[in-house]
Amino acid sequence: MSDVQILGVGMHPWGKWGRNFAEYAVVAARAALADAGLTLGDVQFLAAGNTMRNGYPGYVAGSTIAQALGWSGIPVSSSYAACASGAVALDAARARIEAGKADVALVVGADTAPKGFFGPLPGDRPEDPDWLRFRLLGATNPTYFGLYARRRMERFGATAKDFAAVKVKNSRHGASNPNARYRKVFTEDEIAESPVVAEPLRLVDICATSDGAAAVVLTSAEFAARQSDRRPVTVAAVSTVTPTYPNTDLDLPDIATDSGVGAPPPARPFRDAIAHVAYEEAGLGPEDLSCAEVYDLSTALELDWYENIGLCGPGEAEALLHSGATTLGGRVPVNPSGGLACFGEAIPAQALAQVCEIVTQLRGDAGERQVEDATVGLAINQGLFGHGSCVIVTR
Amino acid sequence: MKPRVPVVDGMFTEDAGPPALLGGRCPRCGSVFFPKQWSFCRNPHCDGGPLDDTPLSTRGRLWSWTDNRYAPPPPYPAGDSFEPYGVAAVELDAEQMIVLGQLARGTDIGRLQLGQEMELVVEPLFEDDDAVHTVWKWRAGSVTG
Repeated sequence: MSDVQILGVGMHPWGKWGRNFAEYAVVAARAALADAGLTLGDVQFLAAGNTMRNGYPGYVAGSTIAQALGWSGIPVSSSYAACASGAVALDAARARIEAGKADVALVVGADTAPKGFFGPLPGDRPEDPDWLRFRLLGATNPTYFGLYARRRMERFGATAKDFAAVKVKNSRHGASNPNARYRKVFTEDEIAESPVVAEPLRLVDICATSDGAAAVVLTSAEFAARQSDRRPVTVAAVSTVTPTYPNTDLDLPDIATDSGVGAPPPARPFRDAIAHVAYEEAGLGPEDLSCAEVYDLSTALELDWYENIGLCGPGEAEALLHSGATTLGGRVPVNPSGGLACFGEAIPAQALAQVCEIVTQLRGDAGERQVEDATVGLAINQGLFGHGSCVIVTR
Repeated sequence: MKPRVPVVDGMFTEDAGPPALLGGRCPRCGSVFFPKQWSFCRNPHCDGGPLDDTPLSTRGRLWSWTDNRYAPPPPYPAGDSFEPYGVAAVELDAEQMIVLGQLARGTDIGRLQLGQEMELVVEPLFEDDDAVHTVWKWRAGSVTG
């Protein structure tokens, strides 16, 4: 367990604003610094998550954002790990602090997303699995979400009504969140009228693509201790694991899994391992969680995550959901922010947005969506090409 | 008649009997990779040499399915008159792996059952002035579940 602290968080509201991603990054970074009571001059390292759809500046997001904030001479890093990019950037900053190379680091993720389905990068590239899946199958992200959802229905008897209940819950959670893009409260009837995109999933079961930015100020424990008027929380664990061979679970963007023929199966499937490694580092378990932010790319995937993070056993997520345990006021509210259902996905910002929500909950600053007496929060997601991301924060 | 050419070269064969996907097999540990993608074995427990080209099983069991109701973005050749189509994930017993494919034209996804036998076929994906461009798909076989 590390003693690196989070001293400040900041966001630019999610939406479809159509501006340059660096504009959002600067708003979020300045908000996080103000929240920490610091200025750019205090920052000794900047770590950013890259964006793939904004040209060269997006591939060097660390320096793009450093330049946008005003060059201050500090070293930067630029990480890409798809949806996990924010956590990988956070891990880089934490390592820098743990190594004694910095006391204060700024972590930023920002994106400007295109309309509609994400497509691969342009060009004729049959060696790129992301290109192949679109060219040969037209396998969009929702196609995979549909496969996972149908699998859950067939294995565990999940129904479209269960998936709709996730949407209803998250829409209620996010309704009062000023950073959420969608704040409409959905009813089951409204969800049933939404068009099917990838059977069994409807448009409102699937997360949108959004613009937005999130930033986190990390500091050493010694530095945080000197800021007596602030309310730091502790980064108890960061897990950025990759799969263990053979990964026989279907994973984006691949059109086939590994073969299980030549090696024993891994100790646990990939998504379970992402959480397991974080729990091990934190010395905590699922029973310790006050709340969790999980990556609800689809409503059905939120149910998978309940099991992956150990809130319940395989096939028990629907019962857990209907018990109210994961709703605000329940034992362990999941996606108190409203989740991707209310935000849509701003890829390099999303893992950091999850952390911002956990910090806000642990400080008791979440207003109408406050989880009572929150002391331990977990944020988890998975980026395509085998990127895990899990952050546990405690106070 | 226009020639039939695969949308992407080297991923399946129709040369010998029923169509089959073409992968790579490690001569030492037997692991199979599809697409072959690289020349070497990716099993970290194995130091096997160059992969042998190998046909994959042509039948498997249905692991899951869905459909695409809206036209995927390029490079998918959706054309001007997009028709929704199904997508299947099929588990191959011998290879112990799951392989995706479109569902064969005319498949009624409302009748599919988990675990039912699926068979590899090759069908046109799109047609232009020069050729009929083909891809592999999964066709529902007998219901065994």
